[in-house]
Amino acid sequence: MPNMALNKVKMPEQNPDIRNKNFKEVALGYDEAMAVEEAQRCLNCKHKPCVAGCPVNVKIPEFIQLVADGKFEEAYYKIRETNSLPAVCGRVCPQETQCEQLCVRAKKGESVGIGRLERFVADWYMANCKTDETRPRSNGIKVAVVGSGPSGLTCAGDLAKLGYEVTIFEAFHVPGGVLMYGIPEFRLPKALVQKEIQTVKNLGVNIQTNMVIGKVLTIDDLKSEGYKAVFIGSGAGLPSFMSIPGENLNGVYSANEFLTRINLMSAYKFPDTDTPVFVGRNVAVVGGGNVAMDAARSAKRLGAENVYIVYRRSEAEMPARLEEVHHAKEEGIILKVLTNPKQILGTEDGWVKGMECVEMELGEPDKSGRRRPVEKKGSEHIIDLETVIMSIGQSPNPLISSTTPGLDIQSWGGIIVEEETGATSKSGVYAGGDAVTGAATVILAMGAGKKAAEAIDRYIKGE
Amino acid sequence: MYKIVRKEILNPSVVLMDIEAPYIARKAEPGQFIIFRIDEAGERIPLTIADYDREKGTVTIIFQIVGKSTRALAEMSEGEALLDFVGPLGVASHLEGYKKVAVIGGGLGAAIAYPQAKKLHALGAEVHAITGFRNKDLIILEKEMEFVSDKLVVATDDGSNGNKGFVTNVLKQLIEEGNKYDLVIAIGPLVMMKAVSNLTREYGIKTLVSMNPIMIDGTGMCGGCRLTVGGKTKFACVDGPDFDGHEVDFDEAMRRQGMYKKQEGKSTELHACKLGGVTNA
Repeated sequence: MPNMALNKVKMPEQNPDIRNKNFKEVALGYDEAMAVEEAQRCLNCKHKPCVAGCPVNVKIPEFIQLVADGKFEEAYYKIRETNSLPAVCGRVCPQETQCEQLCVRAKKGESVGIGRLERFVADWYMANCKTDETRPRSNGIKVAVVGSGPSGLTCAGDLAKLGYEVTIFEAFHVPGGVLMYGIPEFRLPKALVQKEIQTVKNLGVNIQTNMVIGKVLTIDDLKSEGYKAVFIGSGAGLPSFMSIPGENLNGVYSANEFLTRINLMSAYKFPDTDTPVFVGRNVAVVGGGNVAMDAARSAKRLGAENVYIVYRRSEAEMPARLEEVHHAKEEGIILKVLTNPKQILGTEDGWVKGMECVEMELGEPDKSGRRRPVEKKGSEHIIDLETVIMSIGQSPNPLISSTTPGLDIQSWGGIIVEEETGATSKSGVYAGGDAVTGAATVILAMGAGKKAAEAIDRYIKGE
Repeated sequence: MYKIVRKEILNPSVVLMDIEAPYIARKAEPGQFIIFRIDEAGERIPLTIADYDREKGTVTIIFQIVGKSTRALAEMSEGEALLDFVGPLGVASHLEGYKKVAVIGGGLGAAIAYPQAKKLHALGAEVHAITGFRNKDLIILEKEMEFVSDKLVVATDDGSNGNKGFVTNVLKQLIEEGNKYDLVIAIGPLVMMKAVSNLTREYGIKTLVSMNPIMIDGTGMCGGCRLTVGGKTKFACVDGPDFDGHEVDFDEAMRRQGMYKKQEGKSTELHACKLGGVTNA
């Protein structure tokens, strides 16, 4: 008999007033009893609507039944059949708009906590089991993957399972891409990301760090070195700025730089680590996405008294996950919505001292379907600030597209691919993730990596 | 890991190292840079490539001890290895098609100007090299520079090498003497590059400067290295590091360079307490 409670088993969390001063994980995870109780809420529907909502088609009802039966290790292997990074996905996937949105239980009450259960299973496995995955037998065929973020890791893992000898080339000094430099420790602990990457390495995937493809080797070089196919998962690169006066003042960061300093370079431990970061008493983050929330919550943890999210539309239009906005507000982040920056003001010696903003109101819907914000005349005002973080998106990095003849790109820089396969205009070269779509989610990038792995296999087999 | 195969102390605060990095050595060109990191807690530091040997698979870096990381690097010995060494980053200098070029290196800038002079010389351009140092004890690469130039003037601020003056004075004199340069390359401290650019603007001589702002990834991802060039924001790591000296906003670049002065001081101080001085390997 299923557990018919209308709500998910509550996720234990650090108290907001304590957690906004540390970088430890906010959500603490289910224990075994909680996981079993939540798993029992699953109706094990025959038509499995949840699976269709998952970009990597995790066998959701099957793994949840295994959890309900207390077979946690088996549940882990069930997830791993289609998903290389369950501990990551259980934490950062927007389940509410994917698998959980389609859950039958969500019609009356809350959906099954699929993400929470996935996280539990992955964490339980890492804590209790010895990773002993026997390597698939090699077929001797070399495939190169550029970038070790979610799409690259997924593509590499899936190809390795099929017997390919996969080498990932990573530009940074550690693998993980956005999982390492972008998403903060308090949402996705870095030690855990590395453990999960180790499981991909255990499949025989070789990861070479400090290799900037497009510079040290081009895509054509890789092909002439014997790689039969190449997958490009190089991510979104160049941060966007607003082109308003004052953006080059000291104290203005792109969210990329601010988060990379803190996450990848551990600036929050400075001076025990060598990379500094500057956080003033008053900080504004411009933008309303998940990255903006991450930057704001990081600034708060680094001691800023007042942290504002400055967003030109209203809270309802914010692209960030509800849960992230909720967490940010709990931690004392101040939302200044319907507000748009006009210019950043500086001191005589070139440091940020404030930002002139204007109030906005919502007009007619624009082409994104959201109501277009328009300026309210005479509503200009100044916010006193020492730090401004621009979190208004990014465009794909041109290092690869500019050095790969025959690779077609969109006018905004994204690599053009065939949607179902990830095939680019260049034979044997595939692409996926943010390098194709512009900034999107971890799981969509993983889905693209997965599809490309299947297509690469077919391509090499000559189908 | 990237092994230090040769270490040479060029002057009390400037060190040369050949680093084993065959992939980078194969592709490196003058004007490009690398980023190194010493250990797990280390920061990512960009350094312009001073030379490379494609056959030996080594990349030469020449650096000045200015902060914690460069000091720690200087304290390493031949045979030891750097944790991370990535490159070649940035756009290579466009040096083709020039007839007569003045290549100017101020202080450590001489190390970065050297590969440019070498390449220009190899391409058949007439190269006039001008290097400037605070005093004669700080002079570096004199022989090397002489070898790749048709004329070399080494100036010191205090005249201790018998030739007192700034590189700008030397350049002005050479121009006034009738030397017609179709390009000036100026590499060194921001104030020096600014002064040279101001001078050459008067004469209408195209001038390239090499910018080395604070950066993290060096691949265009963080935007920390942004500069204003010709009124537009540019990223030194992917748009540069060479820029038209007449277009660069040097005052802004100088302000941005000082962004972490306070924190760096703290970090260097802590480090200095733990370690001694620099020795040859």
